[in-house]
Amino acid sequence: MNRKVFEFQSKPGILSSCAVGGRLEKEGPLGSYFDITETDTTFGMESWEKAETKMVEICSTLALEKAKAAADEIDLVFAGDLMNQCTASSFAFRQTQIPYIGLYGACSTFALSLGLAAMSLETGFAKRTMAVASSHFCSAERQYRFPIEYGNQRTPTSQNTVTGVGAVILGEQQGERIAVTEFLPGRIHDYKIKDVNNMGAAMAPAALYTLKRYFSFSDKKPEDFDLIVTGDLGMEGKNILIELGASHGLILGENYNDCGVMIYDLENQDVHAGGSGCGCSASVFSGYLMDQLRCGNLNDILLVGTGALLSPTTALQKESIPGIAHLVRIQRVK
Amino acid sequence: MTNQSYEKYSKKKAKKSPLLKNICFAFLVGGLICTLGQAILNCYLALGIDKERAASLLSITLIFLACLFTGFGLFDRLAKHAGAGTLVPITGFANAMCSPSIDNKAEGYVLGVGAKMFVIAGPVIVYGTLTSILLGIVIYVLSLFGIDIIHLIV
Amino acid sequence: MQYLYAFLIGGALCAIAQIWIDKTAVTPARILVSYVCLGVVLSGVGAYKPLAEFAGAGATVPLTGFGYALAKGVAKGIQEFGFLGIFTGGLQGTAGGITAAMLFSLLAALIFKAKPENL
Repeated sequence: MNRKVFEFQSKPGILSSCAVGGRLEKEGPLGSYFDITETDTTFGMESWEKAETKMVEICSTLALEKAKAAADEIDLVFAGDLMNQCTASSFAFRQTQIPYIGLYGACSTFALSLGLAAMSLETGFAKRTMAVASSHFCSAERQYRFPIEYGNQRTPTSQNTVTGVGAVILGEQQGERIAVTEFLPGRIHDYKIKDVNNMGAAMAPAALYTLKRYFSFSDKKPEDFDLIVTGDLGMEGKNILIELGASHGLILGENYNDCGVMIYDLENQDVHAGGSGCGCSASVFSGYLMDQLRCGNLNDILLVGTGALLSPTTALQKESIPGIAHLVRIQRVK
Repeated sequence: MTNQSYEKYSKKKAKKSPLLKNICFAFLVGGLICTLGQAILNCYLALGIDKERAASLLSITLIFLACLFTGFGLFDRLAKHAGAGTLVPITGFANAMCSPSIDNKAEGYVLGVGAKMFVIAGPVIVYGTLTSILLGIVIYVLSLFGIDIIHLIV
Repeated sequence: MQYLYAFLIGGALCAIAQIWIDKTAVTPARILVSYVCLGVVLSGVGAYKPLAEFAGAGATVPLTGFGYALAKGVAKGIQEFGFLGIFTGGLQGTAGGITAAMLFSLLAALIFKAKPENL
């Protein structure tokens, strides 16, 4: 193997996908692609943490329904979120009897769980797996920034944590299907960015090096894909990645976009540089991108989940922000 | 690409805050809050309350209003435009105490509300008081040498 | 005229903080701390009393005014209690504001629920 791309010979198929979002996501350009959007972002719960857990429960339940699978038919679930000790995910799955693996990869979590879910199918140990990632604006805001009602002015480079969940169910499948075919786990890159309000800049180099590494192994070129989508560099990081790429021999053209930029209307929604959080790339993939893959508008895409691996404590200790980017290839196979 | 060159590049690349607009809003809103304060102060004075007490009552009134606005979810809406205009007046201090109180209710009234109330305001009280102690020492030591600076302050 | 001065001085103190925030990305908590400490120091050198007389609420409402109240409290405390006043004066001068903030914050917590502006 030698640190090359993990290629999945079995080409595990995506049996179903489900995306849940909040009000701001509903009002965004991809609003109609969500399975469920809730204008009451408390989801009827009395705390934001419970709301996020509820959101994960709703999303994973619907994903199971859509795959016509019972919870006990799932051999393994990979789930992650932004909350301390990953509780949104673990609390959501405590009622089920699904073997559970909690992940933390910041905003890259969805690509990571998708890659690992496919990997466990490839080994043959699991027949059906689930990949989930979630974030909630309020629970993230409380943990990483300020109280919800605190009067704070945000900088234009800051990103808005998406209130959303994405869940997909993977399994062995024959015939024409949408399959996860390759996975390249990222390396950690730290370019000593310390501005917690500019995470796009902290993550962009990781995305660049993961993409470069992928194309050095692959005989494909960036233009061979219908879409290369990072999640979530935001406008700031997207522009940096395009510029950096150009100076490093990686030309990202019209087929490149970023989930954080796609999910909101940056002009008319007050979200600064765009969306962020595990739920951003998770819900954009499970909603919009899966829809486009299903109807054939997209046939071969690269999802590059990017994460800023900081904690409030490391930020206070003036540590820089390491970035990571995991790459997953999803394509239509026959 | 070195760390330094990338940091420099990303800083240069970063979209800047709209400085002029921010300053104008801060000036306007901050100025208006102070003008409102002056009006409230004048009301108390007109009621025949002495200057010292009227000043205290003014602080309390503005803090009350800021907490009310925070509770109704209006303070953060104003603050995202006003920036330092709502932060620097005593309203910013009140919001700094009030918002974590509301926010941490789910964690209980002792370690949630009671403790988190001071998460931003605590250092303000601590370092403000410590500076006043230093000033107090200066005043006291000078008074031992017969120099009275109290009239400069009060 | 009193209102105009209050507006101009109060606004100017806020505008300075805004420039500071936008230019250096300093956190709000640091601004608050700096302004209060600065208020104490300016009072100590005798600069704040004339400013407060000139601008009224324009000088006392911004957090530098909170520092001014601390300084006044300590000065009065020493006048009254001597050495002990160093310890008791500052908080005495600001007791009203701090107590009010605690009370109203607690009441707000009892009554209100947090609602994010965007949602």
